[in-house]
Parts: sequence; C-alpha cells; structure tokens
Amino acid sequence: MLAMVVDGANQVVKVDVTGLSYRKLNEQLRQLVADGASRIELLNVCGQRYIGTDLGGPVELVIYGTPGNALGAFMDGPSITVYGNAQDGCGNTMNEGEIIIHGHAGDIVGLSARGGRIFVRDDVGYRAAIHMKGYGDKKPVLVVGGTAQDFVGEYMAGGVLVLLGLTLGEGENHRASFIGTGMHGGVIYLRGSVEDHQLGEEVGRAELDEADYRVLEENVSRFARHFGRDADEILKGSFIKLFPRWLRPYGQLYAY
Amino acid sequence: MKELGRVNNAYGDDKVIDACSIFGIMDTSGRGFSGEGIIRAIANMHDRGNSLGGGFAVYGLYPEHADRYAFHVMYLSRQGKEQTEAFLEDKFKVVYAAEVPTRRTPNVSSPPLVWRYFLEVADAGGQPRDDYVMSRVMEINTGIEDSFVFSSGKNMAVFKGVGYPEDIAEYFCLERYQGYLWTAHGRFPTNTRGWWGGAHPFCLLDWTGVHNGELSSYGINRRFLEQFGYHCTLQTDTEVIAYAIDLLMRRHNLPVEMVARVLAPPLWRDIERCPPAERELLTALRQVYGSLLLNGPFTVIIAHQGEMIGLTDRIRLRPLTVGVKGDILYLSSEESAVRLICPDLDRAWIPVGGQPVIGRLGEHVQAAREGVTADAN
Repeated sequence: MLAMVVDGANQVVKVDVTGLSYRKLNEQLRQLVADGASRIELLNVCGQRYIGTDLGGPVELVIYGTPGNALGAFMDGPSITVYGNAQDGCGNTMNEGEIIIHGHAGDIVGLSARGGRIFVRDDVGYRAAIHMKGYGDKKPVLVVGGTAQDFVGEYMAGGVLVLLGLTLGEGENHRASFIGTGMHGGVIYLRGSVEDHQLGEEVGRAELDEADYRVLEENVSRFARHFGRDADEILKGSFIKLFPRWLRPYGQLYAY
Repeated sequence: MKELGRVNNAYGDDKVIDACSIFGIMDTSGRGFSGEGIIRAIANMHDRGNSLGGGFAVYGLYPEHADRYAFHVMYLSRQGKEQTEAFLEDKFKVVYAAEVPTRRTPNVSSPPLVWRYFLEVADAGGQPRDDYVMSRVMEINTGIEDSFVFSSGKNMAVFKGVGYPEDIAEYFCLERYQGYLWTAHGRFPTNTRGWWGGAHPFCLLDWTGVHNGELSSYGINRRFLEQFGYHCTLQTDTEVIAYAIDLLMRRHNLPVEMVARVLAPPLWRDIERCPPAERELLTALRQVYGSLLLNGPFTVIIAHQGEMIGLTDRIRLRPLTVGVKGDILYLSSEESAVRLICPDLDRAWIPVGGQPVIGRLGEHVQAAREGVTADAN
C-alpha cells in the first residue's frame, strides 16, 4: 500500500500514484473509501483512467497531475478536484457528485451524465455534454468557463449546460458549429453570442426569463467560488438561452 | 481468433477499451535527442494498444550518410533477402549494408530479419531521383516475395514490428539513436491482422505517417493512388496516407496547409460561406482531389525532413493534443503522455478538427489557426 495517512483524525490520505496502473489505483481508492477516508489526495497522476469510477459517498478526491480518460465515470457522490487538465470523457455517465477542473477538459466532457455537477475553468473540446440527460430531481450541470469546440450539446436530452466565454476576446462570438445538433431536452445558457448557422436545426434561441436567471446565478456562483472569480461581474455579461424546439426531432425518421 | 482474444482482452472484460496511440516530438531548432523520452511517452499510453503493432520514425539519425537513401527492409525469408539484394545491387550503388542491430526481448517473438542499406542512385534515367527510388520501392514490395521496404528516405528510418511500442523500442535499441524529430505508434488493429508490415509508421521516401482511426475511404484512395504508380501492399488503411502525402507534397508541390484541405476539406456548408477567392480554391481542391479525401475518423501525425504535422478529421472523431515547450513541439493522443516527459509545458491545447498543427525546422511552432485553446497550468 502506497497510501500515507496524513491526518488520522480527519481521515486525510495522500497517495503517490507514480507508475501505478489504473486498475490498482481504483482498487486502492475503493479500499480507502471503505476504510473511511474523507479526503484523498492523489499525487503525480499521469494518464490513469476511470479515476473515481463507481465510487459512492461523500469522499473528496484531489488530483495533482493529468488524470486519464473517463475521469469520474459512473461516479455516484464524491467530489473530484483536478489541479491540471482533464482528458477525454470526463464525467462519463456520472450519477451524482462534483468534478472541478482547474484547467481545460478534452472531448465529450459530461457525456451521458445523469446527475451531478462539472465545472471546467477553461475551454472544453468536441461534443461537450453529448447526450446529457435529466429526470425528476436528477439534473446534471456542466459549467464551462471558456468556450467549447463543435457539437457542444449534441443529442442533449436534459440537464443544464453553461458556456461563460471567459477565454474569448471582448465581443468575440463562440466558434463552435453544430451546437445542440439533435438536442431534444435540457437547456444551454451561453454568455456572448453565436450566429444562427452555428446552431443545430433542432435548436431555438430565446431571452432568459426569471427562472432561467435563478438557475444561472446559482451555477455561476458555484463556478466563481471554485475558481476565485467574481460572479456578479460574470453575470453582467449578456446571455442567450438555447433550447430544443422539439422533444422528439427524429420521431418519424425510421417510421414509415 | 482464440489467441487474439487472449491478447486483446486478458481480463475478460465485456468491452475492450483499446484504441491506437500516437505521439510525436520535434525540436524545431534541429537539435538531436535520444529516443528515451518518446519511448516513455508512448508506453504511458500502453492501454490504448494491444501488442499487435508498435513503431517509430526517426529523422536525423544517419548524419554520416545524410545524402544517401537509407533503406530499412524486412525479410520474411532468406530467399527474399537474396533476391532483394541482387535487385538493389542492380539498380543502385550499395554503399553500406548491415543487419539493423537488435537485442533479444522477451515480448518480441518470431521477429523477421531487418536490414539497412545506404544507397546511391548512379543513373535515374532522366527521372527525378526520388521518382526513381519510389518506383523501385514499389517493385520490391509488389514483385519480390517476402520483402517489404519499411523506410526509404534520406537521414531517416522507420523501426516497427509486432509488440507494444516500448517492446519494439527495446528490440531495436532505439535509446541509442539521436534524432531531432521522432514519431511513435501503438497499434490496436481493427480490420486487418497484426503483422510486422502492418505496424506504423508507414513510409515512402522520407514521408511517414502514424495514424489512429479508420479510413472508410481506403478503397477509393487506393484506386486513385494506383493511377500515379503507388501500390498498396501492407494490408492496412494507413498506407494510403504516406502515398497521398508523397503525391501531393513532393510531386504536386502543394504546401501543407493546402494538403490538409485535400485530406480533411471543409464541409460544403462552410465553403459556401467563404469569401469568393477562397471558395473557388476550396471547390477546385475538392473537384481535383476528391478521391484523396480521407473519410472516417482519423488523427495522423505526418512527418518528413524538417517538418511535423498533426491533423485530425473535420469533426475530430479521434483525439489529438498539442504541447509546446520552447522550440519543442509535442503531439499526442493524450496530454498525460506529454506531461510525463515535459511537466512544465509553455502551452497545451486541443486543436480544431481539420486544421493542421505544424512544426517546421527553424521556425517557431505555429499555433492552430483558430484554435480553441487553453494555456497550461
């Protein structure tokens, strides 16, 4: 066991995972959580996949380095903070919990997420929030401080996606194309603007109403707290709301 | 197939998570460095491959023979070697010939013979020398049994085989070589078997490509290239990339920015919105070179003397990440592999699909033209 107990009273554990395979790493994590650890710091993380997968409970994971693909996949409750960039598939199908990335994230962040919150300080790659879903009180949230590449919100079926555009220049539009292609649920709040041709055919554009602003404020406040930004300053920007125009855009596609 | 299942899926998982891994390093100041770093980097992405192919391209490793064509040739039989050597003696001046040094490695089994030759072209019969060499490579690959030319450029070489890339590196003693540009590949074969010739990089003259993805356009690309004397013999889709690049860049003299627009052209809907002159150019490229469009998901790292290029398909269905530290450009399937050998990058970003990232000797690294970028921590 590489784990080193740092603070026994509060169950804080530090683990140097240099060269450790992802299977061993996740086995150790499960063991540490079972043993009651409340905060686990992983040092020298370098490409190990699926960190935090399947973990339940209120444990706090802190990652130093570059975690591998599918960080927090199927996670059910823990919080993960990354001091570094995340790779592809971050938050894959997560059910509950929080992922905070102090950097950028790769492609398909939040794919198929069904609950929990993901905050990314900078930009994200292709297909962010693809097929994110929501039902009842399950409402996944992805807040991106910067902007996203193409197909952001593709096939989105639920949840909330916020793009704050803080890495863009003054008055600069988001550059993503095919935004919300196939979208049939959920909502996208976008600070700044886009041209109509950048939107998928299934996407409508609207002003935010009061209820929208309440959701936005709550999530921007959390974002600001995580990254030491001024929420009021961010909220002063102009926002647009993107929504699905139909709930079943392809209902007739294969039905003759 | 039983054997393949054991290799592919040792844990009996219900889903195999493999993909290919690719990596490239270039020092744009031209300073040489050993393979130690790239071997560690590609090994960090071990889980993406499945031991059925690994390989490396190295540029600048034969300075003492810099003006001679360096052939690396794989032989599956003694007879192939005899015939090929007789052919080389007949068509070239063979300045030097020796077996490529190897060491016994537990994870590399039944290796073929791999020899290197430094060749001069005495008489190309009025043809450009590169064209002459290209035709001879095709003659060996298609006409002589059990012989395949792995690489045929000047002051560069390809080392590849069946195994994980780190095993192939150990087998060919790559830590002993110095080059200013290295690319590497870990393979997860999808449609064809894993064999020594099917490992990446693929090479013609000094053009090499390492590839992650699947070219559904392979058939049409291959037929188009056949008109220009390129014959695909290595049983896998990536081979067409090396030949397409040779045709477009060396023979048709297109700059790499244009080549990217042939291989991964903007969508028609984007072309329609371009200013008239650009629209005309892009339309013409699609008309003339439509058969070289690479369809399907791909990320490639293309290299030749003095240049390394990273490119993905237009909608980026395979990953590519970029890092820069001073004069050094890193391209990789995963950022962690770059961070392993260079933790303090100046910048790291994810390029836009279809837009090349280019490292050139003597030039500062070009950022993606309109990259959605993020600075490193």
